[in-house]
Formats: sequence, C-alpha cells, structure tokens
Amino acid sequence: MDNNATSRVADEVIQEMMPYFTESYGNASSMHSFGGVLRHKIDRAREQVAELLGCETEEIVFSSGGTESDNTAIRGVLESFPDRRHIVTTRVEHPAVRTTCRLLQRKGYRLTELVVDSKGQINLDELREVVTNETALVTIMYANNETGVIFPVEEIAGIVKGAGSVFHCDAVQAAGKLPVDLKKTPIDLLSLSGHKLHGPKGVGVLYIRKGTRFAPQMVGGHQEFGKRAGTENVAGIIGVGKACELASKCMKEDNKRVKELRDRLEGKLLEKCPDARVNGDRRNRLPNTTNISFEYIEGEAILLQLDRLGICASSGSACTSGSLEPSHVLRAMGVPFTAVHGSIRFSLSRYNSQEEIEYVILKMPPIITYLRSLSPFSAEHDATVKSPEDRKQELSLD
Amino acid sequence: MWDYTEKVKDHFFHPRNVGLVEEADGVGEVGSLACGDALKLTFKLDDDERIREIKFQTFGCGSAIAASSALTEIVKNKTLAEAEKVTNQDIADYLGGLPEQKMHCSVMGREALQAAIENYRTGETSKRELEGEVICSCFGVTDKEIEAVVRENNLTTVEQVTNYCKAGGGCGGCHSDIQDIIDRVGRPMSPVTPKPAEAAVTSAAARQLTNIQKIRLIEQTLDEQVRPALQADGGDLELIDVVGNRVIVALRGMCAQCQVAGFTMAEVVEKKLREFVSSDLVVLEEKDT
Repeated sequence: MDNNATSRVADEVIQEMMPYFTESYGNASSMHSFGGVLRHKIDRAREQVAELLGCETEEIVFSSGGTESDNTAIRGVLESFPDRRHIVTTRVEHPAVRTTCRLLQRKGYRLTELVVDSKGQINLDELREVVTNETALVTIMYANNETGVIFPVEEIAGIVKGAGSVFHCDAVQAAGKLPVDLKKTPIDLLSLSGHKLHGPKGVGVLYIRKGTRFAPQMVGGHQEFGKRAGTENVAGIIGVGKACELASKCMKEDNKRVKELRDRLEGKLLEKCPDARVNGDRRNRLPNTTNISFEYIEGEAILLQLDRLGICASSGSACTSGSLEPSHVLRAMGVPFTAVHGSIRFSLSRYNSQEEIEYVILKMPPIITYLRSLSPFSAEHDATVKSPEDRKQELSLD
Repeated sequence: MWDYTEKVKDHFFHPRNVGLVEEADGVGEVGSLACGDALKLTFKLDDDERIREIKFQTFGCGSAIAASSALTEIVKNKTLAEAEKVTNQDIADYLGGLPEQKMHCSVMGREALQAAIENYRTGETSKRELEGEVICSCFGVTDKEIEAVVRENNLTTVEQVTNYCKAGGGCGGCHSDIQDIIDRVGRPMSPVTPKPAEAAVTSAAARQLTNIQKIRLIEQTLDEQVRPALQADGGDLELIDVVGNRVIVALRGMCAQCQVAGFTMAEVVEKKLREFVSSDLVVLEEKDT
C-alpha cells in the first residue's frame, strides 16, 4: 500500500516487454530490419502515451524517468530564455524539482517558492502576483506525492500563459490517476514516470508542447527528435507505452474502486483511532492517497509493526529518513511537529483488494493503541506533559 | 530501512517492563514530543537500594523503544551503585548494536536512568534538572551530557556527537562548542574516520598543497559536492576562512534557520571535504549575525 513510492508492473506490461530483452534486442536506429522494426514499436508506444495525455506523438520525449524529465524540463527551458532570471515553484515539490530549482538559485536565478495553506493548497492570487514577463519558468506539480493534494493546473496554466511565461508540471503522481488532457490545459512541459503507473522503472516521459522553446540537455544523437540523445530503452519504452494504454483504459473504473477502498480505509482508521487527523485537503486529492497523523506516537514504530504484518506504507517521520528532519511537505503545511512524527501515508493501486483493506482496518488500530500504551504522552495529560519550553520550541520549529 | 539486529526487533516487538511503577521511588523523564522521542522511567527499590521493579514509557521510533526495554532489563535487580555505572554503550551492546544514527536512543536511556536516580536521591519531583550549561539549544543538550557521551563512547567528531545525543542536529550553531568539548575530553586515540591508511595517503597529498591551492580545492569541493546536497534542504553555505586544518563556513538561506541543517553539515560538508581535500580537515560554523 505504498504505490506512490512505486507500483507493481502490470502483467500485460511485462508480456509486452519480454521479447525485447531476448530475441529482439536490436537498436532502433540501425539500418537493418533487425533493429529497424523496433522503430514501429517505439512509435506505437508514443501513440499510447499521447493518447493518455491528449497530445500529439511528436510532443512525447522518452527519458530515464521522472527525475530526468523534471531536471531536463527546468534546465532546458531556462537555457532557452537567457534573459529571464526568475523561477516560480512551490514549497512542497518533489526533490527532483525542488533541488534543481535551488541549485539554479545558487547559480544566480531568483527563485520564488509559493507557500501552501494548511490544506496543502497554493494561493492563485499570490501566483498572479509573482509571475511576470521576467519569469522564465513556473514549475508546479499536478498532485503531491505525500498528501495526494491536487493543484488547480488549469488555472495555473492560464495564469502562467497570461503572463507570457512557460509552465512545467511534474505529473508523476497524477498521470494514470487523473484524466490529463493537454489539448484543453495549456501546460507547456509535463513529466511522468513509468514505474508509478504500473510500468517499469528507469523510463519516463517528458512532454514538450509544440512551439515551446527548449534546449536539449542530453546531446550526441538524433534520438527523440533530437531532444534527448541516447540509444532508446526499447523494452522500457514499450513498457511505459503499454502501461499508459492500460491506464487510459482502466482509469475511470480503477479510480472508482480505489477511491472506495481508500475512503473506507481512511474512514475506519479515523473512526477507530482517536487523535488521528488527515493531512491535506480531503475533498481535492488523488483517489488513492491518504496521509494520516496519529498523535503521541512515532511513524517508524508504526511502520515496523505494519511491516511485520506484511503491510507496506511510508511516513513523514524524521526517523525513517535517516536525518533528524521530518517531511518538508507536512511542515510547509504547518502540521505541528507532534503530528508530523506520527504521519503515515497509504497509497493504493488497482492491485489492492478489499481483503487487504479490511486486514489493515483490523490490524492497524490495535497497533496505534498499543504504541500509545508505551508512550508517556496521551490526550488526557497532553496539557500537563508539555512544559512551556516544549511548547515554545514547537512553535519556533514551525 | 534500518538494519536492526534481531535483539532490537525482539525488544521492540516484545518490550519488557512497560508502564509506570506505582509509588515509585525514582522518576526520570527526558525528551519531548517536539524532539521526536521521549522516555519516562520509574523504579521502586528494595531496602538495600536494589532496583526491585522498573518500568518505562517511550514515545519514539523502534530503536528508542527497544533501548528503553533493554535498559530496564539490564538494571533490574542491580543496586543503585551498580546501575549508575551502566553506559549507553552497555545498552547498545545488550541489543547487539544500534545503527550509528540511532545511538541517541541508547543515550536517552542512560539519561533517563540518571534522572530517575537523581530524583530518588534529591526527592525532586520535577523534571530532571539541567546540569551544566546548555550547548545545543535546539535539543536542550548540556556540556555535561556531551562530555559524558564523548567520554563513554570515545567520540571524535561532531557528527558522532549528533548521532549519540542529538546535540548539533538542529541549527548547527553549536558545532564549534561541541568540537571544543571533544578536544577537551578527547584522549589521544586514533580517530574512527578516516582509516589510518587513507589518512596517510591524503594528508601526504595535502602537505603538497599550498594554502591557496587548498582553499581553491575546498571552494571547488563545496561547489560541486556540497552545495547541491545542502540546497536540497533549502539552504546554502559560504566559506568564511581556512585556518590551518579548520574550515570555517556559515550557513545561508533556509539553512540559517533550519533546525536540522547542522546534522546535514556534519554529515555532508565535513565528509566531502575530507574525501576530496584532506582527511584532517575540521569544519566549524560561524553563526550568521
């Protein structure tokens, strides 16, 4: 139940990919039919992706994954607009975007990171204010990986285009989970990753709208319309193509089912576990994601207990990351440290069953109760255990 | 995922002596919700000052709970005089070892025990009194506590101190104070890192660097190896000066306010400079004013 981290490769995808690891290992650029026939397979994959995104095949560039797509999009656009030195993003982006932007800030770019409210949402008026004709690029995610909160990309795209800037959207979590129609939404560049939508790891997509000024970041070959040099990852591309085809076909039905499962899981956990709260806007989220904070206990301890029962989830707790720093997303939302430490994310997929959900609903509340029974803190004496210093520290930490 | 020993897992999944001893003779509380872990220890003594019953309550990760459980098993039936001699390393050893970055969990155990014993002797019912001067204000760690972990565990770097008692894991402003304590307490011993062979090779190379070359190499290393990583945490750093083997840097941007940048600094900055420039470099932070 940790599908926002990675997802199971669909059987249909593996079937499609297999021959291209074995007998059909050619290079699609070769001047012989052994390799040359693969060109058609890659073209087909491009069609499958274009269909999912509602765009044209020539606008699809295959990459090595979401991180490369994000890096390439940001750098490729900036290089094309040498006179514009301003980047706009948010505080809750994935590190692939966040780190790239901050690195560029170091290189002299002016960086605006939009704040989010307690629901994890940005303020569009603030965006309107900061985007000017100096702005080279606005990069904002489609949906957040930790909370599932969906950003109003149509409005964002409208504002950015109105101001004459370029809009890149990291849709790694949204692609395959939300209907994306690039004919309607004027996003200029969009990233997606194969392994988040039941495709293979090591392959992703960068959509570049026709007419978007973009400087290739990987050069030394004519592949991908000259926008991303390097011999094609044939099997991977075929895999992500198939995964996109499946997503186009199953999304509506999958979402309905997954949302029901998620809502049941979330509802039951909140019902059975006191002092628990959902992080992020509950009405405007990916259908598969729930991020719940359990007060007075720590996330890693919860994950270890769940892991022993074969349940996979993730946490924004500091202890799970190896640093003392908890989730930047939850902190940006102003979630108190006490609740960040005990945050757990479940992210479902079409491969989760009702039985699995019932199993978690059955097993999780006793874990929470049990860990709380070990804890010196509880709701009853919350007011007394926190000394004024503690309270002060909590405030200053936000 | 952390690589916990079977013993850690056993004590996490089956913690011994959980709860509160009624009419306890000694109560010790350390940590807080904001810090991410906290431990409350209570015990009752026999007539001959032997710990008859001891229980704990812990808020924290798996290793924090396991370390608390291990502590109670170690000191049960010991006299107070014997219990006082228990170190955090004893707790870690009892568990078959803890990941380095989780050593602070064992230190929390020892501190709670000390606080409880103190409470028994002085009759103080309030939280443990701070002994000494607070060095790390982010996590409220005093010089006495830092000295204790440095001495008991033969620590040689600020990074290790952070792993053991969290001091320096916040804003990083106390790193030079921690280094001073390490220098003061430190007995002549071979440093844990780098390994002697590497040290010989790189310091030989370092000797051939002129000051200018060294500073340039430090700048280049910070640019290429450190800044991208620091910027992942929303900050930046500036090289202020190089005095002998001491590299003085200042945190900028988000790092200057970030309460955990210091951890990253010890983990990333010093490690990289030692790897790419010279193994004997020590990174100190100048607080931005």
